[in-house]
Amino acid sequence: MGRKLDPANKVKRGPGRKARKQKGAEAELAKFLDEKKEPKRLSSRARKRAVKRTQVPKKKEETEEEKPTKGFTDENSEWLKPVKRKRPVEDIGEDSDSQWEQDEEEEEDGGLGQEIGDPEMEEEDDDEDEMVDDYGVMEESSDGDEDDGDEHSDGEDLLPIERAARKQKKLQDAMQDERDEEQEEGGSDHVDEEDTVQANIDEVGTFTFPKDEKHEKEGILPLDLKSIYQRIKGNVEVLSDFNNRREEGKDRADYLSLLKEDLCTYYSYNTFLIEKLLEIFPLSELIDFLEANEIQRPITIRTNTLKTRRRDLAQALINRGVNLDPLGKWSKVGLVIFDSPVPIGATPEYLAGHYMLQGASSLLPVMALSPQEGESILDMSAAPGGKTTYMAQLMKNTGLIVANDASAERLKSVVGNIHRLGVTNTIICNYDGRQFPKVMGGFDRVLLDAPCSGTGVISKDPAVKTSKEEIDIKRCAHLQKELILSAIDSLNAESPTGGYLVYCTCSIMVEENEWVLDYALKKRNVKLVPTGLDFGKEGFTRFKHHRFHPSLRLSRRFYPHSHNVDGFFVAKLKKFSNTVPTTTVDENPEQENNPASSETPAPSGDAPSTVEKTKLKAKKQTPSKSDTDNKKTETNGNPAKSITKKSPGPLNKKMKMDGKKPQKFVKKEGAAAQQAEKTGEKKEGNRFEKKEGKKKWKKPMKEKRMGNNKFKKFKKMGQKAARA
Amino acid sequence: MRPLTEEETKTMFEKLSKYIGENIKLLVDRPDGTYCFRLHKDRVYYVSEKILKLATNISRDKLVSLGTCFGKFTKTHKFRLHITALDFLAPYAKFKVWVKPGAEQSFLYGNHILKSGLGRITENTEQYQGVVVYSMADVPLGFGVAAKSTQVCRRVDPMSIVVFHQADVGEYIRSEETLT
Repeated sequence: MGRKLDPANKVKRGPGRKARKQKGAEAELAKFLDEKKEPKRLSSRARKRAVKRTQVPKKKEETEEEKPTKGFTDENSEWLKPVKRKRPVEDIGEDSDSQWEQDEEEEEDGGLGQEIGDPEMEEEDDDEDEMVDDYGVMEESSDGDEDDGDEHSDGEDLLPIERAARKQKKLQDAMQDERDEEQEEGGSDHVDEEDTVQANIDEVGTFTFPKDEKHEKEGILPLDLKSIYQRIKGNVEVLSDFNNRREEGKDRADYLSLLKEDLCTYYSYNTFLIEKLLEIFPLSELIDFLEANEIQRPITIRTNTLKTRRRDLAQALINRGVNLDPLGKWSKVGLVIFDSPVPIGATPEYLAGHYMLQGASSLLPVMALSPQEGESILDMSAAPGGKTTYMAQLMKNTGLIVANDASAERLKSVVGNIHRLGVTNTIICNYDGRQFPKVMGGFDRVLLDAPCSGTGVISKDPAVKTSKEEIDIKRCAHLQKELILSAIDSLNAESPTGGYLVYCTCSIMVEENEWVLDYALKKRNVKLVPTGLDFGKEGFTRFKHHRFHPSLRLSRRFYPHSHNVDGFFVAKLKKFSNTVPTTTVDENPEQENNPASSETPAPSGDAPSTVEKTKLKAKKQTPSKSDTDNKKTETNGNPAKSITKKSPGPLNKKMKMDGKKPQKFVKKEGAAAQQAEKTGEKKEGNRFEKKEGKKKWKKPMKEKRMGNNKFKKFKKMGQKAARA
Repeated sequence: MRPLTEEETKTMFEKLSKYIGENIKLLVDRPDGTYCFRLHKDRVYYVSEKILKLATNISRDKLVSLGTCFGKFTKTHKFRLHITALDFLAPYAKFKVWVKPGAEQSFLYGNHILKSGLGRITENTEQYQGVVVYSMADVPLGFGVAAKSTQVCRRVDPMSIVVFHQADVGEYIRSEETLT
C-alpha cells in the first residue's frame, strides 16, 4: 500500500548505523568487564566523559590562578565562567588523556610491558596517574554501590569473605575470557596492539608513524576500526602542529597518505573522494564533515501556504501525536519533525496537500530566488517538485512556472505533487535543459538545480562514497556548464523585476560550483549578487591554483556539520545584458588551437562609430548558429525581448576543453577579461565587426535560417489553431 | 493539445455537474482571467488562457501537464474525473459527506464509506448523487456517489454502504503514475 513509501520510516535518528554497531559492541564489552575492579575498559564516549569529569576541577584551579588578569573573582565565580578553550586544544587534552588511560589499561591487562626509558615519560606518567586515580576513586565508589546492590539481590546472607571470593572468581573469569579473545585474534595482533600502544603514548608527544611491514599487514588482518580511529586522531593532531610533533624522517606527505588511507577504511570512502574532501576542508573540519555524513539530517516539512497556515498545520499534526518544532528563524514555513507515531508521508494532511516533505536545504535556493507574483519562472530540473511548489506558493499561484525535467519517470512525482498541493500555474515539460532557450525564453527568473555528483548528500545516499570518480565529477561539471549557459540564455535581462538566476547543487565540489559559475561569468553578461541568505559559508574565491572571480564570495555553501542541512551550494546571478559577449578571451586559446581559422580581427579604430549600426544588424540577423551548437536562442516566448546571439561554435570547443584547462589559460583569461572590461565599448564594436567578417565562410547558416522561417510559420499555424 | 469537441464538452460537463451542479458557470467565467479546458493525450486540463498561450511553445510529445488535470476520456469516450480535480470540486460542491476520523483511513485506502463511518451528510441528497467527501475537520478527502438517499441513510444498518468510492487523495500515493 501507499504507506510503505513513507520516507519517515526510513529515517533513523541519532548516530549512524555503523556508529551504533560499534557502540553496541562496546557497551556489551563494558558490561562484561564491569565486574572487574581493575581500571576498566570503557566505551570511548564514556572515557571522554570520565576525562571531562576529572578535568573540570583542574580547569577551575587553573582559572583561579589566572583570576586577577581576567577579572574573575570569588564573588562572581559562581556565575562567571571562564571562556572555554578553543576546540582543537581541548581535543588534544581529551584525547591524549583518554588514550593515556587506555595505555595504562593495556599495560596492566595484557602485560604487554614496555620499556619506559626517558624521564619525560615518567613525569607524564605521574601526572596522568593522579588523574586516573581521581577518576578511579569516583568510579569505584559508584561501582561499589552497584556491586552492593547486586549482592543484595543475589543473596544477602553471604559472608564478607564469600563475597570477596565471588568477586575474585568473576575477575578471573573475565580475565580468562579476555585472554581467549586475544588469542583468537592471533599472535600478530599483539604486535599490532603494541604498535597502537606506542602510538597512543606518543600522541602526547609525537604520533608514531606505523612501521611499513605492520602497516602492510593490515590489509590481511581483520580491521581494528577503533585503533584506526585513534590513529586518525593522532595523525590529525600531528598534522595540525607539524613542526613540533613530526617524527624525524617522515614528511607531511607520509602523514597525509596514511591519514587518507585510514579515513578511507574507517569511513569507507574511495581514495578519490577523500582526496577531494581534503582539498576542500581543513583537517579538523573534515573529520566533523565525515562524521556528520554518518548521521541522518532531521526530517523537515514545508507548510503549503496555498492551503493552510503553519500554525494550523502544526496543531493538526500535534493532534496526531507528532513531535515537531519550527525549523528556524530563517524560514516561516518549515517544521522539523522529531518523531511521529504515524508515517509523516501519509497523513491525511499530507494527502490533502497541506505540507510537503522537503529537506531544509532545498528551501534555500527558492528563498534566494525570491520569485515575485506574476512573473514567469523556469525551473530547469524540477523533480520531484519541492522547489517548484515552494515557488508557486511564494507567487500565490499567479504568473507562470515552467517545470522542466530531463527524466519522464521523475516527472510523475512532479505532476503528483503539483496537483496535490493545489498549484495551478505550471507547465510541466520533459526537455533536456540544454535545449531550453530554444523552446522558450525570456523568463524573469530561472532556478537551476543542476544535476550533480551528490557529494553533499552522502547521508542520504551513501553509495556516493565509493561510486564517484574523477570522470563523474568532470562529466557533471561539463553538463552543468552547458546548463548554466542555457539557463542564462533563457533569462530576460530587461525584465523589470527579475533577470535573476539561482544556481544550486547538492554537491560541495569546487569543480561543480565555483568553477561553473566562474565559467558562466566569463561567458555571459552576468554578475553575482547576494543570495539574501544570512547564513552559510562564503564560496571559495581561491582554490588550489585556481583564482576565481572575487565576487564568488557572494555565493553560499552549506555543510552538514556546521548547519545541519544537507551539503549544498547556492549562488544568485543577475543578468545585466541580453547580448552574449564574445570576449577577446575566446580568441587567444582559439587562435592557439586552430590558427588556420580564417578569422580576421577588425581594426579597432573605427569600431566605436559602427557600434549602433552593428547592434541593429545583429538584432535583425539574431540567431546565427553553428551546427553543433546547442545554445541557439529563439525568442518565441516574448518577441519583444530580443536576445542577440553570436555563434558560439568556438565557445563549445572552449567548453569541452575547459574540463582540464591548463593553468596558463586561466591566467590569460583573467588578464584578458580585465582588459575587456577596460575597453568595454571597443570590444563590442570589435565583436560585431568580426561577425560580419565571419559571414563569408559560414554558408551553412543560410539553410539554418530557412529552418527558422519554417519554424515561425509553424508557430503561426499553431497559434491559429489555438485560437480556433 | 486541442480544445474539446462539442461532444466531449457535453460529456465532461454532464459529469462535472453531478458534483457541482450549476456552479460549473463559476469555473468557466472567472473574474481573474479566462480559463479554458484543453485536451492533451486524452486528458482534460483546466488552465488559464495566459498559460495556455505560452504552453504552445512546447511540443506535444514533451508536454507532460499544464494547469490542473481534471480527468480523462476513456477509450469508450466516457469521461472519468481524477482526484486532481478535487481542488475545483470541493469549493463548489452541492452535496457533501463528512466521514468520522476513524473511517478516514479506510476511505483513503480506497474503500466505500459505511454507515458506521458517516459523520454528516447534506440534507436531501438523492440516491446516486455525486458527493464530495470531507473529513470532520473539513479537509476534502475525495469524492464518490451516494449509495442511498439521506432519508434511507438514517435507517440502514451500520455495515451498509452509504457512499460509493470514486476517488480519494490516497491515490496521490497509490497511483502516482496514472494521475495524468
